[in-house]
Amino acid sequence: MNKIPIGDYFEMFIDWLMDNFEPVFEGIKSGILWVIGGFETALLSVPSLVMIAIISLIAWKVAKRRVAIFTLLGLLLIDNLNLWDKTMESLALVFTATVIALVIGIPMGIWMARKDGVDRTMRPILDFMQTMPAFVYLIPAVIFFDLGKVPGAFSTIIFAMPPVVRLTNLGIRQVPKEVVEASKSFGSTSKQLLLKVQLPLATPTILAGVNQTIMLALSMVVISAMIGARGLGEEVLKGVTQMQIGKGFEGGVAVVILAMILDRITQALGTSSTK
Amino acid sequence: MSKVSVKNLYMIYGNHPKKPLALVKEGISKEELLEKTGHGIGVNNVSFEVEEGETFVVMGLSGSGKSTLIRCLNRLIEPTAGEILIDGQNIVGCSKETLLEIRRKKVAMVFQHFALFPHRNIWNNVAYGLEVQNMPLEDRRDKAFESLEAVGLKGYEESMPTQLSGGMQQRVGLARALATDADILLMDEAFSALDPLIRKEMQDELLTLQANMKKTIIFITHDLDEALKIGDRIAIMKDGVVVQIGTPEEILNKPADAYVKEFLQDVNRVKVVAASSIMKKPDAIVSSKDGTRVAVRKMKESGISSIFVVDKDRRLQGIITIDDALELLKQEIHSIESIIIDEVHRTSPETPIIDLLPTAINTKYPIAVTSEDNRLIGIIVRVSVLAGILGEEDSDE
Repeated sequence: MNKIPIGDYFEMFIDWLMDNFEPVFEGIKSGILWVIGGFETALLSVPSLVMIAIISLIAWKVAKRRVAIFTLLGLLLIDNLNLWDKTMESLALVFTATVIALVIGIPMGIWMARKDGVDRTMRPILDFMQTMPAFVYLIPAVIFFDLGKVPGAFSTIIFAMPPVVRLTNLGIRQVPKEVVEASKSFGSTSKQLLLKVQLPLATPTILAGVNQTIMLALSMVVISAMIGARGLGEEVLKGVTQMQIGKGFEGGVAVVILAMILDRITQALGTSSTK
Repeated sequence: MSKVSVKNLYMIYGNHPKKPLALVKEGISKEELLEKTGHGIGVNNVSFEVEEGETFVVMGLSGSGKSTLIRCLNRLIEPTAGEILIDGQNIVGCSKETLLEIRRKKVAMVFQHFALFPHRNIWNNVAYGLEVQNMPLEDRRDKAFESLEAVGLKGYEESMPTQLSGGMQQRVGLARALATDADILLMDEAFSALDPLIRKEMQDELLTLQANMKKTIIFITHDLDEALKIGDRIAIMKDGVVVQIGTPEEILNKPADAYVKEFLQDVNRVKVVAASSIMKKPDAIVSSKDGTRVAVRKMKESGISSIFVVDKDRRLQGIITIDDALELLKQEIHSIESIIIDEVHRTSPETPIIDLLPTAINTKYPIAVTSEDNRLIGIIVRVSVLAGILGEEDSDE
């Protein structure tokens, strides 16, 4: 039996997209660049010590004191390793991917929760996005957006979006049926039902999704460095490709510190909203 | 015009509920329908009317379709066919706007598991129905506080739902339904989740509130005692069909079929059956104007040892015994006034049998059933109290 030429079709599809939608990709590219640029400017415009103080304060406000102390020491270490600028570059990429993933993902999750048909269609697509090895769409991303930060952000968005979609959907579906009925029985419009009852009650679950999305975005930092997204991933990649074991390790430590800070802060946001 | 009028209502579960409608109308069984078409019957040709100010109870076991029925009344569940008229307006197939308006102004609902909004404090829960109507904050706050006071929860306005006990949470549910000033209350197993003592307390409270409010209440329950206690009329449902509709006494005394009878087995009849349904017509009575001779003759004719005395307006004067009357006859005194015993036990027609028991045990004379203005309506002899408890009808014939 002949092999079904799925790969060939995919290539044809990518070519077709390139031929017909290039202006769209250009638009997306400049949009993403603009957001990343904004975050980078904001994060790098103040001296590192001031930024460390600000982030530690946020950690203290949102989470416990322990988290704040860890944040302070962790960021000071990063600064000491001369990785501050690269860390902020990575953070800007993570923020950009997360913000875009949330802007698309949360409404998508809401839509899935409201329509069973959408739910059924979206599930396999989300599985695909999450489990398809990231390298596979890294290359088409480069074709669409050239090398650099934009294809990195694009791949990160695809990889990091599913959790927030799934958990928004789950959070809304978990609102007890009787509570939804109560809201409807008093004459809520579907918008009122969503804003006054479903979203507030789903918030802790949605925030868990946001947390997962941020973590996944961060885990893409190293991979997207392969297509020129720079940041901490570049350090790690240098370590791997140029046998600079020490340098690679330092970059890795910085990624871990960043991950733990982001995780603790967003988790604290989630638990405080349940109270 | 009835407040709520349901006509030939059907609700069929499944992907294409309209399709098997014809089959259901022909009387296909639940099992057969499921096997043939994969559809289920929730509500099967139900019709009833509820008058303004009436408490109408729908009773049935779980799966009888009662919860589906009540949800059709505000279209939380979409009926498949039939009519539901609220104040004469058919809400089946009405526009979205009309439905919203009806849910906001006319019909309010109380839920089995309270269904409070856990993220809102108590008064914001109660004010929810007003908030969705965009009532200004101050006004809806005042309304909510007022409503909470009515159900005895003053002082809890700022608490959160989880801080309240089950009974208190359901009071909030009730307050929330009252806050919108809807005339129709739908209560879906509203007290079923509460423990028995609290449940009884809530039933009493509802009866007290209802005495002042005069809402039209449609109350779902699986508890017959509850149905008999609060229902002006009761509909009994089985497999989506209403088997019988009637007052508590009608249902107790003339159950429509074996299913209803079985339902009634555990009922404590003494709490429900009223004096009026076991009393006899007071055939043998004498007027206080009648002479001794007439009184004696009447007692002898009826074979009784005592007889009630009434005035010309049938107001109860008391009772005389055959022994006293015979004594008078010997002394040739014609007026019976001197021997009237006025310590007769009086009771109202609504009094349940259970309250008559102590009297029936202690008194020598029959119990007089009188209206509010002391007119004699009927009499109850001891044996009919017993017959009433056992549920044997017409023991006097």
